[in-house]
Amino acid sequence: MLSIFLKRILLAVPVLIAVASITFFLVRLAPGGPFDAEKAVSEQVMKNLNEVYNLNAPLSEQYFDYMSGILVGDFGPSFRFPGRSVTELIMTGLPVTFELAIYSMLIALFIGTLSGVTAALKRNTFLDYIPMSIAMIGICVPTFLLGPLLVLIFGINLELLPVSGWDQLPGDKILPSLTLGFAYAAYIARLSRGGMLEILNQDFIRTARAKGLTETMVVTKHAMQGGLIPVVSFLGPAVAGLLAGSFVVETIFQIPGLGRFYVEAAFNRDYTMILGTTIFFSFMIVVFNLFSDILALWLNPRSRDI
Amino acid sequence: MKYTFLALSLFLISCSPSSSPVDLSVESKVFHYGNGTEPQGLDPHIVTGVPEHHLLLALCEGLTSSNPRGGESLPGSASSWDISDDGKIYTFYLQEDGKWSNGDPVTADDYVWSWKRILTATLGSQYPDMLYYLVNAEEFHNGSIDDFSKVGVKAIDKDILQVTLKEPTPFFLGLLSHYSTWPVHKPTVLEHGSIDDRNGQWTRPGNFVCNGPFNLKTWELNKKIVVEKNPLYWDSNIVELNEIHFHPVSNEMTEERMFRAGQLHVTNTFPSNKCEPDIQEKNPSLQIHPYMGTYFYRFNTKNEVLKDVRVRKALAYSIDRKKIVESVTRCGQIPAYSFTPPGSNGFYPDTKIPYDIELAKSLLKEAGYESGENFPVLEILFNTSEGHRKVALAVQQMWQQNLGINVELVNQDWKVYLSREMIGDFQVSRAGWIGDYEDPNTFLDTLRPNRGNNKTGWNNFEFDNLLIKANATLDQAERYKILMDAERLLIDEMPIAPIYTYVRVYQLHDDVKGWYPNILSHHHPKYLRLERD
Repeated sequence: MLSIFLKRILLAVPVLIAVASITFFLVRLAPGGPFDAEKAVSEQVMKNLNEVYNLNAPLSEQYFDYMSGILVGDFGPSFRFPGRSVTELIMTGLPVTFELAIYSMLIALFIGTLSGVTAALKRNTFLDYIPMSIAMIGICVPTFLLGPLLVLIFGINLELLPVSGWDQLPGDKILPSLTLGFAYAAYIARLSRGGMLEILNQDFIRTARAKGLTETMVVTKHAMQGGLIPVVSFLGPAVAGLLAGSFVVETIFQIPGLGRFYVEAAFNRDYTMILGTTIFFSFMIVVFNLFSDILALWLNPRSRDI
Repeated sequence: MKYTFLALSLFLISCSPSSSPVDLSVESKVFHYGNGTEPQGLDPHIVTGVPEHHLLLALCEGLTSSNPRGGESLPGSASSWDISDDGKIYTFYLQEDGKWSNGDPVTADDYVWSWKRILTATLGSQYPDMLYYLVNAEEFHNGSIDDFSKVGVKAIDKDILQVTLKEPTPFFLGLLSHYSTWPVHKPTVLEHGSIDDRNGQWTRPGNFVCNGPFNLKTWELNKKIVVEKNPLYWDSNIVELNEIHFHPVSNEMTEERMFRAGQLHVTNTFPSNKCEPDIQEKNPSLQIHPYMGTYFYRFNTKNEVLKDVRVRKALAYSIDRKKIVESVTRCGQIPAYSFTPPGSNGFYPDTKIPYDIELAKSLLKEAGYESGENFPVLEILFNTSEGHRKVALAVQQMWQQNLGINVELVNQDWKVYLSREMIGDFQVSRAGWIGDYEDPNTFLDTLRPNRGNNKTGWNNFEFDNLLIKANATLDQAERYKILMDAERLLIDEMPIAPIYTYVRVYQLHDDVKGWYPNILSHHHPKYLRLERD
C-alpha cells in the first residue's frame, strides 16, 4: 500500500512538470498578449510594459526563470492585477471554491447514494423509475439552466433566498451548492444503483440473508461497502472537477472563487495566472485521484494485495 | 417526509432576508453599485477601464472634476485657473483646504511629482499620451531628455501649479478629468515602492491615501470594494452617501437578477435580449441615454480591393443603418452618419452616408466589379459576442444582396481579434470607440497617421494637418469649422464605416437622486443621494 502511494507521488512530479512546460509554451503560442486592448497603447508603452514583465527576454530564458520560480513556490506577479501575485490570487479564491465544492459534494452524495441505493433495492418499481428519471434529467440539465431556474423560483418569486453572493447575506450559499450538487448527484445515483445491483446478486449477499441478517444489515454492512466502490472511484475526479469546473456556478451566483480567475485569466492572456492555476488544478487532480484510489483499495479487500 | 418539508421551509424562511440591501440603504445611505468586472487595481497611473474609473471618481480627484450633467468641467482639486492669451499657459490655484485622506495638504509639488511618475517610462503607464500636450512631456517619456524640470509643469507656489502646453489645446481642461492625470500621494507611494513600481502595495486598504470624496475601506477580490465618506475632503459637506459598495458583476443576467432582488441601486449594463420587451412593458427602472461612442466597421485600406475608395464607399452606402438599429440591436441605438457622435460638447457633424443601393452599385462598377463580379470573398472580423455576430450577419446579408459579393464572417476570441487588427491581418473588422473626454478630438485624433488606434492603414496628411490646425485654434467656433472639414474628409475617404451611436442601457433604482444622464456617462458619486419618494 505504502509503495503504491509513494510510486504514485513520484509519478506525479513528471506529470506536473510536463503540464507546466506544455502550458507555458501553449499560452505563448496563442495570438494576442496580456497588454493588447481595444485602445491600443503606443509602441513605446508596449516596449516599457514588456520590459517591466521581462517579456522581451528570449522564450527559453523566460521558461527557465519561470520554472526555477515554481521550485521555490513563486508563481510570479499577475499581469492583469498589478500589485498582486498569482499565489495571492489563488489563495483568495481557493477557500471559497473549496467550501462550495464540499457543500456540493455532500449534497450530491446524500441525494445520489440515497436515491441510487433505493432504486437498486426497489428495482423495477416506481421508487426505481422516478429517482432514475430525475437523475437522467439532472445529468442532461446544465448548471447554467438549473442555476437561474432555482434563482427565479426561490430568489425572485418566493423571495426566500438571496439571488447571488457568497458569505454576504444569510442563506446565500444554499442555491449555488444545490445547483452544483444536483449535477453530481445524478451521476452518483446512477453509479450507486449500478454498483449495488451488481453486488446484490452476489453469493455472499445471499449467504448474509441466509444467516438471518436483517435487510438493513445486509444492505449497510455488506452490500454498500462493495456497491459504492464505483462512486468512490468517481469521487476523486469529481472533487477535482468541482474545483476546476465551478466557473459557471461562480459566474451565475457572483461567487469570488478560483474558477472565475482561471477562465478570465485565459481570456486576458494573463500568462502567469493561467500557468499558476493550471499547475494548481493539475496538482489537485493528481492528489484527489490518489485519495480515491486509496479509498477504493481500502474498501475492496481483493485489490489490497495487488 | 412531512416533517422534513416543514423543517426545510422553516429553514428557508429563517434564511430569507427580511429587507433587501436597497431597502435598508435609505436609512444607512449605502449605495450598491453594479460595477462590471473586477478592477485591475486602484493606481490611477496604471489602470485602464471603466470599472476602475467609477472607483477612482470616488477615491481621488484631479485638477478639474467632471460635471454631473455633462459639459464644461467643474473645479476639482483646483478651485480656479487662468489661461494665458495665447492659450498655452494654464495657472491652477489649488483648493485652500484640499487635503489627502491622511490629513496632508494637497500641494502643487504633488502634481509635479505625479506627472513625473506617469511620464516615467519604466512605470509602463498606458496613458502617458494624455500629458503629451505639455512641453517636452513626450520627449521625457521616450528618453530624449532626462531633466524633468524642462517639462511644462511647475510648482510656482505651494498651491499654484503652472502648466505650459505645446499648442493651445482647447480641450485640455476636459483631459484633466481623466484619472491618468490625477495626483498620487508621494510619501505613500514611496513607502511601498519606488516611483516606477507597478506592483507597489500602496493601493491596499489601510495603505491607500488619495484626495477624493471617499476613502477605501475594504477590498475583497471578486466580491466587493467598499468606500466610505472622507470627512477631510474639501467639499465633504455636499457628500450625502456614507458608503458605496462596488459589486464586480461581470455577468449581465446575474446583475439583472441582483437588481430585481434589491441588491443593487444601479446596474452596469442590461441584457440586450430583454431590452425590447422591457421597453414595451415600460420598465420604470430601465434607462437609455446617448453615449459618446461609435460602433463602426474598419476597412483595411492596405488591402488590394479596399484600397479603392469607391469600393469602401460602395460598401458603406449599402448598409441600412436604420434597419440595423430597429431590427438587430433594438435597444435605442442611433444610426451613425459620422465618426464623432453628434453632441460631443456642442459639435454636430453634418456629414451624410446615404443608403443608396444604386449609387453603391455604380461605384462598385466604376471600381471594376460590375454586379460584384470578380470581387474576392470579403471577410468581416469580429470578436466573440452575440451582439457583434448579429450585426455582422445583417451587414453580410446587405452586402450580398445589394452588391452581389460574397461575404464571410470570421469570429475570433477577443485577444486574437485584437492581435489580427493590430498587425493588419483583416479586411473589414468591427470596432467601437468610446470618448475619453468631451471633445471631437478624442475621436478624430485616433485616425491620424501613425496613431496606434488607427489600424486602417489610412494615412491622410491633409486630415492630419486639419487636426493640427484645429488644436492650435483658440476660437471654438472656428475650431469646430476646421474639425467639421476633417470629419467631412474622413467620411468622404471612408476608411471606416460608422454604423450606430452607442447608448448606455442600464437599470437605476427610484431611490437614487442626483444621477443625471450625460454623454460620457460620468456620474460623480459625490452628488448622489438616496431618498424614497
